[in-house]
Amino acid sequence: MSVRHALLALLSEGPKYGLQLREEFEARTGEVWPLNVGQVYSTLQRLERDGLVESDDDADPGPQKGFRITAGGADELAGWLRTPPDLASPPRDELVIKVLVAVRLPGVDVHEVIQAHRRYIVELMQQWTRLKDEEGDLDLGLALVVDAELYRLDSVVQWLDTADGRLKRAALEPPAPARAAAPLIRRRAGVRR
Amino acid sequence: MSGVLQLRGVSKTYLDGADEVHALREVDLAVEAGKMVAVMGPSGSGKSTLLTIAGALETPTSGDVLVAGHPLSTMSRDDRARLRRRAIGYVFQDFNLLPGLTAAENVALPLELDGVSAGKARATGLRALDELGLAERAARFPDQLSGGERQRVAIARAVVGDRRLLLADEPTGALDSENGEAVMRMILAACKHGVAAVIVTHDAQLASWADRVLFIRDGRVVDRTAPRRGPDSLLAEETA
Ligand SMILES: Nc1ncnc2c1ncn2[C@@H]1O[C@H](COP(=O)(O)OP(=O)(O)OP(=O)(O)O)[C@@H](O)[C@H]1O
Ligand SMILES: [Mg+2]
Repeated sequence: MSVRHALLALLSEGPKYGLQLREEFEARTGEVWPLNVGQVYSTLQRLERDGLVESDDDADPGPQKGFRITAGGADELAGWLRTPPDLASPPRDELVIKVLVAVRLPGVDVHEVIQAHRRYIVELMQQWTRLKDEEGDLDLGLALVVDAELYRLDSVVQWLDTADGRLKRAALEPPAPARAAAPLIRRRAGVRR
Repeated sequence: MSGVLQLRGVSKTYLDGADEVHALREVDLAVEAGKMVAVMGPSGSGKSTLLTIAGALETPTSGDVLVAGHPLSTMSRDDRARLRRRAIGYVFQDFNLLPGLTAAENVALPLELDGVSAGKARATGLRALDELGLAERAARFPDQLSGGERQRVAIARAVVGDRRLLLADEPTGALDSENGEAVMRMILAACKHGVAAVIVTHDAQLASWADRVLFIRDGRVVDRTAPRRGPDSLLAEETA
């Protein structure tokens, strides 16, 4: 999460105080991403140094100091909004690694490993869904965050289900000679970087 | 006890020519009034079989099924049929709407069969359709509805009246996420009025509406979720 750009976004609505920025940041992200005070002020300092925001130069640094976005800051924000995040290179997903390890490890039932993760994720999803149920009318920001979390976790369950089925089928077939697919992925990811 | 549905050591074996298919093996399940249980598992794991047995549509090869404390095995055919009509709402995987009846008539039918006056049954049915955004489709026949609309009519039909047990087989399969959520909220509302529900699905988002999730594989319950924790624990986990 780019705190820098979140602060620029809040300032593009009009000048604000440091304390106000922190409170609004938390409110807009549904209080799912708490932010500490130090992070807000150090980020504001860097934004000012880079000419993306201006402050009331006479006031003391602290909660009562006011900030404004500059034209450069507005350009930076507009550019960031439209720049896709790096989704080209596969992330180092710990869960994927655990399943890959479980496949090779003698004496380990990979299906049992998969189920342990599946159960944990479904339990997490139950908690997010309960939030939707209990809060009735969720704050719009929080509702969007909850949807995103549910889809992210859901995609992990779908991957686990697919892996489960693929491994089950593979166990019934004679093993194919191992082919090095990994370098191909690495090369591809390297090009996109 | 308040167990609306109980399965005790239920097994089901189908004969496929000379082969035996063990669709369910020794399944235990208890669902109390007001609770929603989801059953997740891959295709062919026995989910629909479990539901048809719980809904008195099929008999188990061994084991007992009790609905509201009554063992189905000792009931007469007529009593079982009455129980199915009155107490159990069933959403089939392929909807099972009657093609000769409009959406509203399909929904009102179980009420009318049960002796509710036609006018009252119709009003109740229309209200259920309205809740699922189908008020304008009430007069259409099933073949004039989209797949998702047909599915919602089937849900409305299953929740109307004084049902105590709701059994739903992939109830949101043909629905987009918004309508899927509307359906789950409707089932949840029924649970809050004391209905016990079993939802069969391979969709984790759907299952996450349930109080408990059972995982089934090759006819056996292999795992279940721990009792649900409140959402507070989520928001308290600070990113330090
Ligand atoms: N009437 C039948 N005769 C023989 N085998 C059957 C019969 N009904 C179901 N089966 C078998 O029993 C097993 C469980 O079937 P079931 O319909 O319960 O699966 P399911 O979990 O609902 O799958 P899906 O997600 O595809 O709907 C399958 O292997 C199926 O082929
Ligand atoms: Mg099925």
